[in-house]
Amino acid sequence: MTRVEPVPASTKVEVYADVDIVAARMRGRRLAVSLGFPSATATLVATAISELARNILQYARRGEIIITANERDARSSLTVVARDEGPGIHDIERAMSDGYSTSGRLGLGLPGVRRLVDRFEIESRPGAGTTVTIQVWKR
Amino acid sequence: MALAELRHETRPPTDASDPLHRELVAHLRGNRTQLREEWVRRIADAQLLAAMTQEEVFAEATSVYDSYVGALETSTLEALQAYAQDLSERIIPRGVETHEVVGIVLLLRDVLARSLFAKYHMDSALLTRVLDAYEPAANAIAITVAVGFVRERERVIREQQEAIRELSTPVLQVRERLLILPIIGLIDPQRARQLTEQLLRAIRANRAKVVVIDITGVAAMDANVANHLVLTVESARLLGARVVVTGLSPEIAQTLVNIGVDLGKMNTVGDLQGGIEEAERVLGYRVVPIPEPVA
Amino acid sequence: MQVPILKQGSNLIATIQSALTDADIVQLRDALVQQVGRYRSQGVIIDVTALDVMDSFATGTLQEVAQMVRLRGARTVIVGIQPDVAFAMVHMGLALEGVATSLDLEEGLEYLKQTDRPADAR
Repeated sequence: MTRVEPVPASTKVEVYADVDIVAARMRGRRLAVSLGFPSATATLVATAISELARNILQYARRGEIIITANERDARSSLTVVARDEGPGIHDIERAMSDGYSTSGRLGLGLPGVRRLVDRFEIESRPGAGTTVTIQVWKR
Repeated sequence: MALAELRHETRPPTDASDPLHRELVAHLRGNRTQLREEWVRRIADAQLLAAMTQEEVFAEATSVYDSYVGALETSTLEALQAYAQDLSERIIPRGVETHEVVGIVLLLRDVLARSLFAKYHMDSALLTRVLDAYEPAANAIAITVAVGFVRERERVIREQQEAIRELSTPVLQVRERLLILPIIGLIDPQRARQLTEQLLRAIRANRAKVVVIDITGVAAMDANVANHLVLTVESARLLGARVVVTGLSPEIAQTLVNIGVDLGKMNTVGDLQGGIEEAERVLGYRVVPIPEPVA
Repeated sequence: MQVPILKQGSNLIATIQSALTDADIVQLRDALVQQVGRYRSQGVIIDVTALDVMDSFATGTLQEVAQMVRLRGARTVIVGIQPDVAFAMVHMGLALEGVATSLDLEEGLEYLKQTDRPADAR
């Protein structure tokens, strides 16, 4: 059976409200499943997206989540970019350390997300918004 | 490497409408029978594709030859790429190795190049132009086939490793609602994840209330393995199962404490037998002493 | 979407049926706390079988339910956490500490029955 490399699929969710968090993670799960991700990994993806989307809502009021499917060297992965133009993070080091809390909950939940995914990058400057990029390989 | 990048590295294939290009393709098509035979002969001389029968080699050689010339003709590699993948899927289970695939493709390139030499050697300027048309395309084709093969092989190896991991971590049910998970050997992050996932599914399927995880056979205990153990214990609890960890030597216990693992999070018992007894106790079996006979 | 809460004897059973927004979860928390007070319930079971994701907000709120409900003398059990969900939770560091968990509704009810009895002397 011949196979041709699939065209990368990408989906974007604007995050303005509560329901968008659910929408974003469902899209993420669906895309993961369509790539053949095992259900446990798809759940990881959906959970990470949920955290990132909520951060956008809580700290920046609005932003976007872009989920992209990649295939490289016959390995599939999903990349999620969570972007907002909110207040930005003052101290990334601190935000990325366990136990840091700004609002009585577990802060931004970023250390948790990092543990969940294969690649994690964050760019943020006070007043200039935040972009978190994560990648999960199909396993 | 993406195919687009590959094409930038080799010179772009010559225009398919170039008359010289067309002549080249016509020559390769016209001499298909002899060239293919010579190629197959060279393959046998080099003792490549020994895992396949003569008929099979001939059949594949025909398909490869035609795809090769087709790629040269259209100056596109998509069809060849698809064919290379298909071919790889067929021959990898036969035990064909990378050096063989690279070898036969290069042999074909040589056979075709030699025939071009033979035809055009009288006119060195023309020969140069013919080779200018032929070489970059032939190289791109060789890379396409080789890379396609290697990718497919890597994919197969990964799948096999998955399967081995699955097989080597059986979860056993020995009593009602009691599972035992003996862990043996090296634990890499992949395997650890798989172990935990398998265990959780087994807990749910068997409605287990206690899990005995025996780490006597774990090859090396370090911070990562210890961390995975803790995660496994925590996730089992979320499914309502208590975990008893057995097979902790005093050394390993010390390692865990040094790492900062909270041993209070898990029941730990020295050996498997003791662990099972502990598990039974947790499940509610009670050991009742036989009353002393009254004199 | 409101989560239906069933009163069964001295227990309240809340069965989550689909993905919840943050607002839904908060509403559930408040409803449970209120009803525990109203019915003097001794146990609360929250069935999360249908949840395919439990993130920090969901687990944090469930912990709040447990804390608030304990102040009114009742115990909470979370049941039905899916294997995949449990896996993701612990990897993120969300282990629902301090909150009892059971495999399913049946086990959850069993758990509440046992913790009702005074501890056996050993």
